[in-house]
Amino acid sequence: MSALPRASELGLIACTVCGLVCRNVPGDARLDGDGVGDDMACPRCGTTLHRRKPDSYVRTWALLIAAFILYIPANVLPIMRTASLNDVDDNTIISGVVELWRAGSPNLAIIVFTASIVVPMLKFLALGTLLVSSQRGSGWARVQRAKLYRLVELIGYWSMLDVFVVALLTALVRFSVLSLVEPLPGVIFFGLTVVLTMLASMSFDPRLIWDGKDTDD
Amino acid sequence: MGMSSPEALLICEHCDTVYRRRTLARGDVARCARCEAELERHHALSVNAMLALILTAMIVFVQANMWPIVTLGLSGQQSSTTLWGMILAMWREQAQVVSVLVAATLFFFPLLKMLMLGWLLWFARAGRRAPGFVRLMVILHYLGPWTMSEVFVLGALVAIVKAHTYFDVMPDPGIYAYAALTLLITIFAGVDLRQLWDDVPEGTA
Ligand SMILES: [Zn+2]
Repeated sequence: MSALPRASELGLIACTVCGLVCRNVPGDARLDGDGVGDDMACPRCGTTLHRRKPDSYVRTWALLIAAFILYIPANVLPIMRTASLNDVDDNTIISGVVELWRAGSPNLAIIVFTASIVVPMLKFLALGTLLVSSQRGSGWARVQRAKLYRLVELIGYWSMLDVFVVALLTALVRFSVLSLVEPLPGVIFFGLTVVLTMLASMSFDPRLIWDGKDTDD
Repeated sequence: MGMSSPEALLICEHCDTVYRRRTLARGDVARCARCEAELERHHALSVNAMLALILTAMIVFVQANMWPIVTLGLSGQQSSTTLWGMILAMWREQAQVVSVLVAATLFFFPLLKMLMLGWLLWFARAGRRAPGFVRLMVILHYLGPWTMSEVFVLGALVAIVKAHTYFDVMPDPGIYAYAALTLLITIFAGVDLRQLWDDVPEGTA
């Protein structure tokens, strides 16, 4: 569909920060998917212009793998300890969901399950799929892949939910010996996982989805 | 270093497709024909309305941070906390990483965002670019996804339900202030702040 010209074909670059359309230095029509910086700054906001986010694949892979490594202790280790007079209970993310379900709030249990388990898993699977398919220059389901990326961007930060729950309960439940809540290392790993997956989805450049050899839709 | 007229063209940031910009009518949303991403949205809020929203959000934000969020009761004892109580408790309990995360996403970043927006809009109201306009607009862009007040409201709800099994739970004004703040954020979410670049042209600093 040549009716839809792309910026790289017309020698244009959109500034990723302010959106200004800038004319690219002619002659450098190379497009290797990893972004060719021309060391040209956006005349409006001063950000260095890149045709694609620099080192998008390498950065996204690195952040995603780091996030996945931290995601394992985040799930295995308990995130919170509840101690009362006669028992001590260590909660993991999953046991927290189960407890919420038993407490008679299946709706909230589903929300927490979605935010803490489904969303991170979706991010790993979605970004992994996007990386592999884009690196191969695949023309498969491009519109759907583009939508998947936007979904990941939109819902990513809701995973912080459980971190806030632990922080609030820790500050609230302080009845000397009667009842106490303490954070456990799992919650630190989980918070870092969320930050890293957010950084990973930010460093992926969705324009790479459309950069394959068969640019035809 | 050439540049084309910023007004005439529009590039989809999700797939790099170039469009000729068209004027949007009220309520219109321009979508990319290739990847279906939103290109541009007509925003109904005037600069004055946005400024009013931001000022309201600031007042609500102060209240959300000063007032206790919720109070628990257990055999005659009571315990309550504010946002800063959470931040300090996490710091004390060897979860400094979480403490910093909470302070950044629920306090410093939202506060910074509101102050900067208030500053920019105050000058935009008079059709002028505020001192530091360019730098603040760039910071606002990067701050985008790192403010999480609306996630906290849901988190507080989950914490209340969990605590309800063992304690008497009394919601405090702080939680209502947070709910109001979320509502304001939702109204503001439809506004593309990048329009300020065009709304207040250069040379008006
Ligand atoms: Zn597009």
